[in-house]
Amino acid sequence: MLTQSNAPIYEALIKYRDARVVPFDVPGHKHGRGNPELTEFLGKSCLSVDVNSMKPLDNLCHPVSVIKDAQKLAAEAFGARSCFFMVGGTTSSVQSMILSVCKAGDKIIMPRNVHRSAINSLVVCGAVPVYVNPGMDSRLGIALGMSVEDVEKAILENPDAKAVFVNNPTYYGICSDIKSIAELAHKHGMLCLADEAHGTHFYFGEDMPMPAMAAGADMASVSMHKSGGSLTQSSCLLIGKGCTVSDGHIHSVINLTQTTSASYLLLSSLDISRRNLALNGREIFSKVMSLAEYARAEINKIGGYYAYSSELINGKDIYDFDRTKLSVYTRDIGLAGIEVYDILRDSYDIQIEFGDIGNILAYISVGDREMAIERLVSALSEIKRRYSRDKTGMLEHEYINPAVKVSPQTAFYGKQETIPLAESAGKISSEFVMCYPPGIPIVAPGELITEEILRYIEYSRERGCSLTGPEDMEIRNIKVLK
Amino acid sequence: MELWFSEMHTPNVKMSIRVDKQLYTEQSEFQRIDVFQSEEFGKFLTLDGIMMLTEKDEFIYHEMITHVAMASNPDIKKILVIGAGDGGTIRELCRYKTVERIDMVEIDERVVAVCREYLRQTACRLDDSRVHIYYEDGLKYVRRKANEYDLIIVDSTDPFGPGEGLFTSEFYGNCYNALTENGILVNQHESPYYSDDARAMQRAHKRINEFFPICRVYQVHIPTYPSGHWLFGYASKTVDPLKADADKWNALGIETQYYNTDLHKGCFMIPNYVKKLLEEA
Repeated sequence: MLTQSNAPIYEALIKYRDARVVPFDVPGHKHGRGNPELTEFLGKSCLSVDVNSMKPLDNLCHPVSVIKDAQKLAAEAFGARSCFFMVGGTTSSVQSMILSVCKAGDKIIMPRNVHRSAINSLVVCGAVPVYVNPGMDSRLGIALGMSVEDVEKAILENPDAKAVFVNNPTYYGICSDIKSIAELAHKHGMLCLADEAHGTHFYFGEDMPMPAMAAGADMASVSMHKSGGSLTQSSCLLIGKGCTVSDGHIHSVINLTQTTSASYLLLSSLDISRRNLALNGREIFSKVMSLAEYARAEINKIGGYYAYSSELINGKDIYDFDRTKLSVYTRDIGLAGIEVYDILRDSYDIQIEFGDIGNILAYISVGDREMAIERLVSALSEIKRRYSRDKTGMLEHEYINPAVKVSPQTAFYGKQETIPLAESAGKISSEFVMCYPPGIPIVAPGELITEEILRYIEYSRERGCSLTGPEDMEIRNIKVLK
Repeated sequence: MELWFSEMHTPNVKMSIRVDKQLYTEQSEFQRIDVFQSEEFGKFLTLDGIMMLTEKDEFIYHEMITHVAMASNPDIKKILVIGAGDGGTIRELCRYKTVERIDMVEIDERVVAVCREYLRQTACRLDDSRVHIYYEDGLKYVRRKANEYDLIIVDSTDPFGPGEGLFTSEFYGNCYNALTENGILVNQHESPYYSDDARAMQRAHKRINEFFPICRVYQVHIPTYPSGHWLFGYASKTVDPLKADADKWNALGIETQYYNTDLHKGCFMIPNYVKKLLEEA
């Protein structure tokens, strides 16, 4: 009988290693012996379990033993019907959710402030987005969640849509009323899909916003490698207890694009992290929460900064707030978030998660210590003293409502031309342009490029944001529809 | 019976002191605290296995971390001491009648308690009425102060462990802000000799240099510290230590075992390789 104290993949790997099996299979480094430099760098124990699928270790493409058991334990821990371990990042989880539900021409209702992975999957399958404009906080300049009323309006106007897609929460920690949205979707015969890239801890901590599985959502993509502590690129796709799509179908969709050589480093990290969260999650996240609350209080005492929290909650487009997130509004000291982000790194050796036009986000986790929090707070206090300036002339908004002209797939595969970005206003874009992080498109394929969008892009560039998306690495040209 | 305390000064160099007996050991919230009795050095205190002070040579460290600044500006009235849980720095500062207030900020209350019990030689003046002890993170304490202290002494452990925050730009910037117009910052500045220590020394110098127009280091010889060659940092907005009035300090009649007004000048004269390290910092 397996319990949450077990870690089947990890246990099988230990057994494999102790058996001192002679490898005449891939990978060719053969437990690291064939690549001493790499072994020296990553460590012998790491290389010794970088192995291929084999009977005692199961196979992610067709799990029947230890991977199956590990996924079952994970499903139980998350309160899901089933769980798929993913090795292509949460990007692959999000895409598998959408591809399992939509085919060419199908509609999917989603907020526009989704991660690029969601829109990418529309390019792949040819589904059409129906965007619900997220709420806006006029002071902070950030896009919020979706209000239930706006989702209902979109559902009533598009009764043939297949699914409603929800960020739970956004990068900034803002949650929609996912429970009501899931009920509403189900009432109209639609599925509810959740991007929980930033919500792993909702399942294990106390006093957290509601996780998608508890809210009755049908599928959720969970970045175990963010707050869950597993290795980068590992992720979980959760299937809800009431989901009408079969696990078999979802698994076939995953296997369309997922590697057949899944890394056991990633798989075992999911297994061990799930065990840790199930056994110690409550304690871990109460510590994270108290560190974040402390940092927020101290940062707000400095003055000039606004480290926001649950006081933003308005029952609508800010239905709940993830208090483990440390998002700080910086514009009142006359510095863009991205400028504070750069100063922290260059002058104080402090690397934070991201900075955008008006905010920074510092990621607080189980790995943090009080001492490190003191450094961050002190550095912010110094930055205010040394660098603050007049804030006039600073751009206010992070988010521009898009005008969708054609589907992302039509735009991506349509007849195109490459023109200078500066002259592209009035054209329909075939490409994404975004700052990364956070990876939320400023313009996406199929959307009209406007003067406002170009101003925003140039402002972001000037302030030092890292722009990505177009084929042109310099982001001076863009592909548009002819 | 052979009982030895050993500390690795580098992965390849070890210093050992024969121990008569271990007087105390404790794992506090922040670090492991040990007190030993030895034949050669008397009692000595280690934190996380690293030598802090011995009864036989602590006078060198504590005289030099205090009197150089005190002689450079005789008008110092209000002092902030960060770290210094053993009390040695406070003991030296309390010898100045002109000092009005000493705020001491130590992160680990247990270090002070252990030193009060086992190391009376250094902890003897912690109860002076001018001394106010705060148990908190020095970085946090100094962040909230502006234009308040004439002297800040950073008597910290190494930059790996609880002392880490006291070697950062944010800390030095906060100190600058907490100092008065003629303020002086003196800090434990690591050693120039072994490469890990030397890198920490360079980083500290580079960062302090960004804030203070006057920024120097001075050297001392401490037998129980790695290489024996140790540095303190001296930084000030206005006060040049080489222009100190020797007669004025000598008139105070403070009796010392290491410091004197000749050495005051001499300690700022540093070897070429150290100069080079500082230039390259």
